[in-house]
Amino acid sequence: MRRYSAFAIAREAARFHSGWDRAWRSPTPRSAYDAIIVGAGGHGLATAYYLGKNHGLTNVAVIEKGWLGGGNTGRNTTIIRSNYLQDPSAAIYEKARSLYETLSQDLNYNIMFSPRGVMMLAQTQHEVRGYQRTAHANALQGVTTEFVGPKRVKELCPIINIDGPRYPVLGGLWQARAGTARHDAVAWGYARACSDMGMDIIQQCEVTGITREGGKVTGVETTKGAIGCKKLGVVVAGHSGVVANMAGFRLPIESVALQALVSEPIKPVMDIVVMANTVHGYMSQSDKGEMVIGGGADGYNNYTQRGSFQHVEETVRALIETFPMLSRLKMLRWWGGIVDMTGDRSPIISKTPVENMFINCGWGTGGFKAIPGSGWAMAELMATGGSPLAQEFSLGRFREGRFIDESVAAGVAH
Amino acid sequence: MSSRLPQGGRLIDRSTRMAFTFNGTPMTGFRGDTLASALLANGQRLMGRSFKYHRPRGVVTSGAEEPNALVNLGRGDRLEPNQRATTTPLFDGLTARSQNHWPSLEYDIGEVNVALSRFLPAGFYYKTFIHPRVAWKHVFEPFIRQSAGLGKAPKKPDPDRYEHFYAHVDVVIAGAGMAGLQAALVAGRAGLNVLLCEQEGHAGGRLPVDGGMADADGWIEGTVAALAAMPNVTMRLNTQVSGVYDHGYVLAYERIADDAPGSDAPRHRLWRIRARHVIAATGALERPLSFAGNDKPGVMLASALRDYIVNYGVSAGDRTVIVTNNDDAYRTALAIKAAGLDVPCIVDARPEVTGDLPARARAAGIEVKTGMGIAEVRGRKGVTGVRLCRQAGSGVPVEEVACDAVAMSGGWSPVVHLWSHCGGKLTWDDAGAFFRPDHARPPTNQDGAGFVTCLGAADGALVTQDALSNADAMARQVVGALGVKPAAADLPETDSVAEAPLMPVWVMPHGAGPKKRAKMWLDFQNDVKVSDVQLAAQEGFESVEHTKRYTTLGMATDQGKLSNINGLAILAEARGAAIPDVGTTTFRPPYTPISMGAIAGEARGEIFQPLRRTPIHDWHAGRGAYWEPVGYWRRPYCFPQEDESHADAVAREIDATRNGVGLLDASTLGKIIVKGPDAGRFMDMLYTNMMSSLKPGRCRYGLMCNENGFLMDDGVVARLNDDTFLVHTTTGGADHVHAHMEDWLQCEWWDWQVFTANVTEAWAQIAVVGPKARTVLEKLGTGIDLSAEGLPFMAWAEGRIGGFDARVFRISFSGELSFEVAVPASQGLAFWEALMEAGGEFGITPYGTEALHVMRAEKGFIMIGDETDGTVIPQDLGLDWAISKKKDDYLGKRAHERSHMTDPERWKLVGLETVDGSVLPDGSYAIAEGENANGQRNTQGRVTSTYYSPTLGKGIAMGLVLNGPDRMGEVLTFNTTEVPERGGPPKTIEAQIVSPVFYDPEGEKQNV
Repeated sequence: MRRYSAFAIAREAARFHSGWDRAWRSPTPRSAYDAIIVGAGGHGLATAYYLGKNHGLTNVAVIEKGWLGGGNTGRNTTIIRSNYLQDPSAAIYEKARSLYETLSQDLNYNIMFSPRGVMMLAQTQHEVRGYQRTAHANALQGVTTEFVGPKRVKELCPIINIDGPRYPVLGGLWQARAGTARHDAVAWGYARACSDMGMDIIQQCEVTGITREGGKVTGVETTKGAIGCKKLGVVVAGHSGVVANMAGFRLPIESVALQALVSEPIKPVMDIVVMANTVHGYMSQSDKGEMVIGGGADGYNNYTQRGSFQHVEETVRALIETFPMLSRLKMLRWWGGIVDMTGDRSPIISKTPVENMFINCGWGTGGFKAIPGSGWAMAELMATGGSPLAQEFSLGRFREGRFIDESVAAGVAH
Repeated sequence: MSSRLPQGGRLIDRSTRMAFTFNGTPMTGFRGDTLASALLANGQRLMGRSFKYHRPRGVVTSGAEEPNALVNLGRGDRLEPNQRATTTPLFDGLTARSQNHWPSLEYDIGEVNVALSRFLPAGFYYKTFIHPRVAWKHVFEPFIRQSAGLGKAPKKPDPDRYEHFYAHVDVVIAGAGMAGLQAALVAGRAGLNVLLCEQEGHAGGRLPVDGGMADADGWIEGTVAALAAMPNVTMRLNTQVSGVYDHGYVLAYERIADDAPGSDAPRHRLWRIRARHVIAATGALERPLSFAGNDKPGVMLASALRDYIVNYGVSAGDRTVIVTNNDDAYRTALAIKAAGLDVPCIVDARPEVTGDLPARARAAGIEVKTGMGIAEVRGRKGVTGVRLCRQAGSGVPVEEVACDAVAMSGGWSPVVHLWSHCGGKLTWDDAGAFFRPDHARPPTNQDGAGFVTCLGAADGALVTQDALSNADAMARQVVGALGVKPAAADLPETDSVAEAPLMPVWVMPHGAGPKKRAKMWLDFQNDVKVSDVQLAAQEGFESVEHTKRYTTLGMATDQGKLSNINGLAILAEARGAAIPDVGTTTFRPPYTPISMGAIAGEARGEIFQPLRRTPIHDWHAGRGAYWEPVGYWRRPYCFPQEDESHADAVAREIDATRNGVGLLDASTLGKIIVKGPDAGRFMDMLYTNMMSSLKPGRCRYGLMCNENGFLMDDGVVARLNDDTFLVHTTTGGADHVHAHMEDWLQCEWWDWQVFTANVTEAWAQIAVVGPKARTVLEKLGTGIDLSAEGLPFMAWAEGRIGGFDARVFRISFSGELSFEVAVPASQGLAFWEALMEAGGEFGITPYGTEALHVMRAEKGFIMIGDETDGTVIPQDLGLDWAISKKKDDYLGKRAHERSHMTDPERWKLVGLETVDGSVLPDGSYAIAEGENANGQRNTQGRVTSTYYSPTLGKGIAMGLVLNGPDRMGEVLTFNTTEVPERGGPPKTIEAQIVSPVFYDPEGEKQNV
């Protein structure tokens, strides 16, 4: 693989860029691999990458129904943070965040990780207490956060209205080293690195069946024929239930649409990411200048990758209340993705009832930020049979009642 | 040079002049102009700068698809960035500034990017700026952010207002061009309820400009009048159908007062429409041609150039070269000639050109150069000429033609967005080289039937006569499908001209080399060129979605309206695939960007969410309550008196309540009636307690768990009579507890005879609390026996107090003698005031939520949301006594038997007292030895509630601690987030495990 650099661009410019290679090969599948990953989204590609990089396993295929990075990896609002409350969550998201810090250099691909800081606004007494708790937990988890007052919130983000008539800002949980990255580039960068290690990324190839023998996985049936494998990792987000069904087990997952939108691009007005959970909305400004906006998930299950207008309306209302200048901007694009939600809103990285078959799913509304950590843990689990980062995220927790509930801020107060 | 023609302009009123400024320069136009036509009339062709290379740009279209002519409109708090000059009606006093340049539109330092463009191909930023790591955040990214973006955002809140409007119709028609008008006639005459929306300020669409009907204006006027006479038809101008959603839900965006800033009217109105059927009469958009220099100011779509002449009496140039691959562009040549301007030649890529329109052009003396293309456009900030070449060759110039404008046409694409928003599929039309709706695969509604119909040009019928017949026939089908018989046909006469087929031309000339392809723009605003799409394909970004994302093709504010098909064709060619095999990106709402203000509507400021008020709300406000939002309610946190701090106010309120009498407005607590023969059985499932055994007249504190066994709500249940319970919930829990009940009743126990009703707002509920509580109530006069024997703790009674109908509940959340009195909501304020008056001599004091919280913590009562967080089970809180052992089942019972729930090593409720009497920090954790496998410090407990207790004069806290109740007296170390001294260890604080009941552990005070 030719390295990317300013010098390489200069060299290519002289010949109208005719010398650039494919970022990843487009191979036909071989008859068998040591490991197959189903799903070439961020999590699947990262799993393959760390299988190779950390565990020396490169006889790997990543199989993708559509085009790589085309699911939620390319549909999210690109926020990266690790200010989670529960220990297992903080561990894996912080691992991911720290890997993101050097990912451009690791992959030789600029994924534009931008540690611009994430502010989670506290707008009720209950939220103040909740974020103070998170700050205390983070201090012991090795995650650097601080609870700041409204004045500091305003300094960091001058366009915030901190004196709104309904929900004045009482403070915020600030993670300075959180931020954003270019979402597509994460998938592309991993894909290029995987391809370079000799792994096969096979797009437009749908898995139609999972072959087993004596309770062990032996391969997959696909639209491009049968492919054998010793180990199988299923990393297919919104369609996890469908693939699990092929292997004869069920998952505690529901699929719902989550929407996001962007405004037309404007000159920079906002350097940080702001999340306002009381009013249900979050926003940042992309390097292109678009205000990138997200909100809550739709209230019913579906697979359409479309959402209802009512949710967008609620989100935009919330954000105009938080950022009044937004009112005169125009909404440019608006899209939806299918997220898989578990009962405790935490992911599953686990062995399955089928031996040598592993599953990584249930990231709900927060998967992008976890990609490197998720891939790291999933690769370790697949390669060695256990991973401290994945330990608590096993399927067994639903049977035991060992939930990892992050919805604490959704509790209620008298 | 662009200029105003001496005559013509069917949309302008030359008798009314409008003064406006552009970049500070005063200019004038006429009523009826758009900003774009007025700028052209003033000779201002340079209108903006492109996004990436800061190329000088002029207007290229005459409509909503404009990528270049975007301005900052207005000023101050009414500034609006990225306003399209082509859809901005001119008004007197308009101010506009061009965008994305420094120091000026004419001389932009950013234009250096043009010289560097060879080093800045698609996706260059993924390949560089990688080292050194810190440089991305501190050097590269800030630079990129500054040079990106387009307009400037307003800094102040928006002074304008917006509104929503709701409509339920049989048919909504998008577009009042010829096809839309005909469809409206058909549907209107059939008696259907029709809403006809037109994005422009006038009906008729392209018909008067494109010809095909002798008296087009007459027909349009007549049709509009006929529709206006139908009471079942509504037509709205300046209203664009923006999005189509499932179940026939449609959004339309009406611009009302954009041209009257500061007027009384709402600026925009969002129509929220339910339609049985959607008709998209949305026409077609012309495509640019890809030749070197096709982005220079003066190169425009042929149709736009013709629009400016016919509609606004404005010419884009004095000598215009036409370049085309189809017959339609000849209309522009004829229009220019008719306006008395020069057309040096028509450059037609087709080797042979026959047909009526070319014949007319030739007859008008215009030279037609067949089989030719443009090799290069000359000029820097504007067109000065074109070099021509053979279309079939590699671009060797064969001649140069001087001109100051170029009109280009690469064919037309039907506007299929509304068809596609909800999943309608497309089919490729080889003859027209465009995608059109695939009638076999429409978007389907709740009944599985297609609910969107494209007609006229939007269905691919581009010639006037075809479009009209298509519109009429399709509209009849729609009417028929809605169960109505269409009326008799009456189609106007047309004189459409037959058109020869176009020849798809995706690159001009066909064999252009890389140097030329790097100068052919596909996406004007985002500066995506033919070479960029080819590079993407070469690097493996073969999916259309990959290409879009890698190159940013179609991601500009015009959302690819001009660039999508051309880009797809280039990608298909690079991949050696057919265009339909490459596919399109997904069309999503909105059709063009709509204001955020319109989406939010009226909801902002005080009414941004519904505000729920108790009957006593205004009294609280009048006493200076400091509010705490709880759900949609606002509750007084405390009532600070002048110069009093919140903490002091809380201490005063507690002291008054503990030693005299306090009043709490508890009206926000949820009140749900559960009634029916199976009510007891239902209550037993809902609560962990046994509720069916509760006697009428008595109350019981109950716990509600979710299916996973976690405590979700608590409160006091009163049995009103044999088949009726009154459930009290937390304030924030009322709505979801009610929904939870209905969920179970409707989905699981649908055959149980139980009804529920949320009566929260029907009652005002006031807690009268403190040693003097009974005295105050008795002073008011009551027939209810309020004595300890007559109304013991956890009993309730009904009667009159001080002339008010009341229910009195003898319950306490403070540990004091306490009566919660419910009166009808309408009597709430009067009753509160009567209590205040009666209690005056005892120092009666209203208290807020914080005093409530402190007093309950002093008593060791748990608070949902503090002691619980969705992971806590009743057993953790020492509430095993409230879990019935006698019942077979209750919600959460099975979960309580899971292994983790029965684990003896759980964190359990205790009281905590700091060794020095200080207040523990909120949310602090008790540290344990060592670290876990992920390097995180081990913990053994956490603080759930912590307050300064004015009653006890020290800090008190509740917390969950590993095996806590077995460790009384042990001292734990809690962490803090205080910044340690330089180099020092993190600050911690020590606290002892004690009983959670700090005040009156025997309960003597509440049982008097």
